[in-house]
Amino acid sequence: MSSPSTTVGTGSPVVKWVLRLVVVAYLFLLLVWPTWFLVKNTFANGMTGIQEALADPDVVHALQLTAQIAVASVVINTVFGVGISLLLVRQRFIGRRALSVLIDLPLSVSPVVVGLALVLVYNGQFGWFGPWLEAHGLQVVFAMPGMILATCFVILPLVVREVVPVLEELGEDQEQAARSLGANAWQTFWRITLPGIRWAVVYGVVLSLARALGEFGAVKVVAGNVGGETQVATVLVQQKYQGFEQDTAYSVSFMLVLAAVLCLVVVALLRPKEGKK
Amino acid sequence: MATAAAVADGRPARWRRSASSGSLTAGSSLGLGVAMIWFSLLVLIPLSAIVVKAAGGGWSTFEHVLASEQTRSALQLTVVSSLAVTALNMVMGTTIAWMLVRDRFRGMGLLDLLIDIPFAMPTIVVGLVLLSLYGPDSPIGVEIQNTRWAVLLAMAFVTLPFIVRTVQPVLEELDTDAEDAAASLGASRFTTFRRVILPALVPAIFAGAALSFARGISEYGSLLLISGNLPGRTEVVSVRLFSFLEGGNLAAAAAVATVMLVIALLAIVTLDVVQRRVARRV
Amino acid sequence: MKTTIKVAAVAAAGVLALTGCSGSSSADTAHTVNVVGYSVLEQANAELIKAFQQTDAGKGVDFKESYGASGDQSRAVAAGQDADEVHLSLEPDVTRLVDAGMVDKNWKDNATDGMCSQSIVVMVVKSGNPKHITSWSDLTKPGVGIVTPNPASSGSAKWNLLAAYGSVLADGGSQADAAKYMKAFFGNVAALPDSGRDATTAFTGGTGDVLLSYENEAILARQSGTDFDYVVPDSSILIQNPCALTTDASKSAQSWMDFQKSKEGQKLYAETGYRPLQDVGDVTVDGANDPSNPFPEPKKLLTIDKDFGGWGVANDKFFGDGTDGAPTGILTKIQSEAGQ
Repeated sequence: MSSPSTTVGTGSPVVKWVLRLVVVAYLFLLLVWPTWFLVKNTFANGMTGIQEALADPDVVHALQLTAQIAVASVVINTVFGVGISLLLVRQRFIGRRALSVLIDLPLSVSPVVVGLALVLVYNGQFGWFGPWLEAHGLQVVFAMPGMILATCFVILPLVVREVVPVLEELGEDQEQAARSLGANAWQTFWRITLPGIRWAVVYGVVLSLARALGEFGAVKVVAGNVGGETQVATVLVQQKYQGFEQDTAYSVSFMLVLAAVLCLVVVALLRPKEGKK
Repeated sequence: MATAAAVADGRPARWRRSASSGSLTAGSSLGLGVAMIWFSLLVLIPLSAIVVKAAGGGWSTFEHVLASEQTRSALQLTVVSSLAVTALNMVMGTTIAWMLVRDRFRGMGLLDLLIDIPFAMPTIVVGLVLLSLYGPDSPIGVEIQNTRWAVLLAMAFVTLPFIVRTVQPVLEELDTDAEDAAASLGASRFTTFRRVILPALVPAIFAGAALSFARGISEYGSLLLISGNLPGRTEVVSVRLFSFLEGGNLAAAAAVATVMLVIALLAIVTLDVVQRRVARRV
Repeated sequence: MKTTIKVAAVAAAGVLALTGCSGSSSADTAHTVNVVGYSVLEQANAELIKAFQQTDAGKGVDFKESYGASGDQSRAVAAGQDADEVHLSLEPDVTRLVDAGMVDKNWKDNATDGMCSQSIVVMVVKSGNPKHITSWSDLTKPGVGIVTPNPASSGSAKWNLLAAYGSVLADGGSQADAAKYMKAFFGNVAALPDSGRDATTAFTGGTGDVLLSYENEAILARQSGTDFDYVVPDSSILIQNPCALTTDASKSAQSWMDFQKSKEGQKLYAETGYRPLQDVGDVTVDGANDPSNPFPEPKKLLTIDKDFGGWGVANDKFFGDGTDGAPTGILTKIQSEAGQ
């Protein structure tokens, strides 16, 4: 933390404590206490809630499916994210500004809009490309590729927004030096650029992983809700909750949140290391 | 950390260091081509399909859909609630960021992590979690399910981190010379805050506000269980869209989606403009 | 660091490969049955599927199931969702698939006229019935909030509305009286969720004072511990749920459907609250108002064929949406006039 001078920081004790109280109360009532209930309801009967949930084949399949989709989309998104970041920062081309603005679009688009958009293009009966794709054996909507696409859409900006500022800070001096010494583009990237941006890439990856695990609306629209086949963990949570199986819903929710929180803890732990670099 | 930190970071916005190497090499042209194809297949083409579908019905589709009392109600509720929550976040977010940066506080690291919980929670789980405390069988007797308060509550939960994370880095890097000068000239702490610090934070606050608003209007999962989705009362626009979609009325769904896209575009363009102003100030 | 990246890349590639392998489900489709059902069917089918898999015909058969609002499910199958058997809330949702060429037009030519399950419309009220709702006329009293699904997406909704409309006719009222009643009815509607199951969730979540639902859904909810009561009104409508195989259905799907209609299958359905299609002997049904006499006959039980001219006529007459030249249905008109 910075600012050695705390001229305006410490104030009269009253103001300080009022602020603390307000913040703590707000966060407690909005965030902490409701989250505590998730933990409480999950472990209301000890471990049986989770054990029973994991004994349900639909639950296991949903969790596996979620993990597969999350990993696949994060890998794809990282590759393209780093590539697009390099292009945005290191190259000049027409539409660069527009592209940069549009990359942010997934942050503000509703997940059901994402689902609708993909359905309109990739549906096998009436989509733009869907019928052609299905005639050639690739089903997108109601199948895995569609779910991966939907997840890629929503996590698209996350890696780019982490990597771009770091690339700008790094500057091109080292890269240009490497090239003048005879390194080709790939070697320059691999040995100079990538190590420089690696923490930004890691943050981006972890953030997109957390986000991908929790995606709900977009996948729900695209996937078709076939239990044991195209039902991801988040959609399963809704179905179990409404299907008189609240305990399972809480257990699966807990597992999802735990996984995502672990991602964030990893980021938090990595951060000081970057400072030391 | 977190996404929004990259926005108005005190770091230059994307466009400051635009002194990049010249025009495209062959390799980068290929790369650009591949990237653009991916981006088109994933984002541009699907989103334009929405606009095309909506436009396919001509103005009559738009009129018909937007004339519907239920849809208009949903739009109004969504936008107004999101604005209200954004205003709340502007105050609370700045306050929380202030606390995190300027106050030596035991357990601050934990608080910092807590702020990121809305990023970690799937939206459907947010709904579950809020229902436990503020729904039927609430242990504190506050039952707001099926009311508009539930909409505000869910939106406040999911948009909590945005302004905190945009303001925090700016506060951290803030040069305190101006504050010291003001104090030595006899300004009260409040005046110093109002005249010296706040103006420096305003771009960051607005950047976070744009993100918060955009997120609020597009929220879906957390509202499903707790808001009751009562038509004309607690139904938000994304739920309305989903109903149209499942009901096979794709033209109406596309019309509503187009309206939402326009609002979303406005939000991110605002974000971009604000980011550039931050770059110019720094 | 380089090694780490290499390892990560290999791991990622491995996972992707695994994804490719286990993502495909088309292995051995002869022994897979894709069931697309309406929303409240899920738990009942779970029992039947288990029992079916113990039989000779059902050994080794894999089931993939999808449940949701009847109308929405029907549209999803028409839009390309895989299905071997559709088991929906009402006939028009199957007719849509016949028109789309996915179901044979003779799907009703069998012993049960195409039906797999049946129930009646009941009124679900809060525990202890604090507002003393016992008849259809109680629903239009001021201050009573009705929860019923949206007829645009839900099959349950159409059954509910016809039962309400028909209650006036059953009492000797005219079409005009019935229309007047429905106007007051829609005035009292507190919510129109998307499916029968969503309506149950909304009601148990605190919306409204009375929920119109399938008798089997009320019984199932009580079996699962939900705390509410239900009333069998004096007049109701016989809910007949159709089931049909798609044109490219697997052989196992036919065996499955036969099992559903068999005495054993119908007994299992009865245990979760459905009224059996044939005599299955005495069944004790937990969750029913009287477990030893779970299915009391309402004083007047309407049927879609006798009292409404069959779904072919009734769907357009009452629920026509007025697009593409179709007439606007009586109930659709009243509903939109009431601002719902």
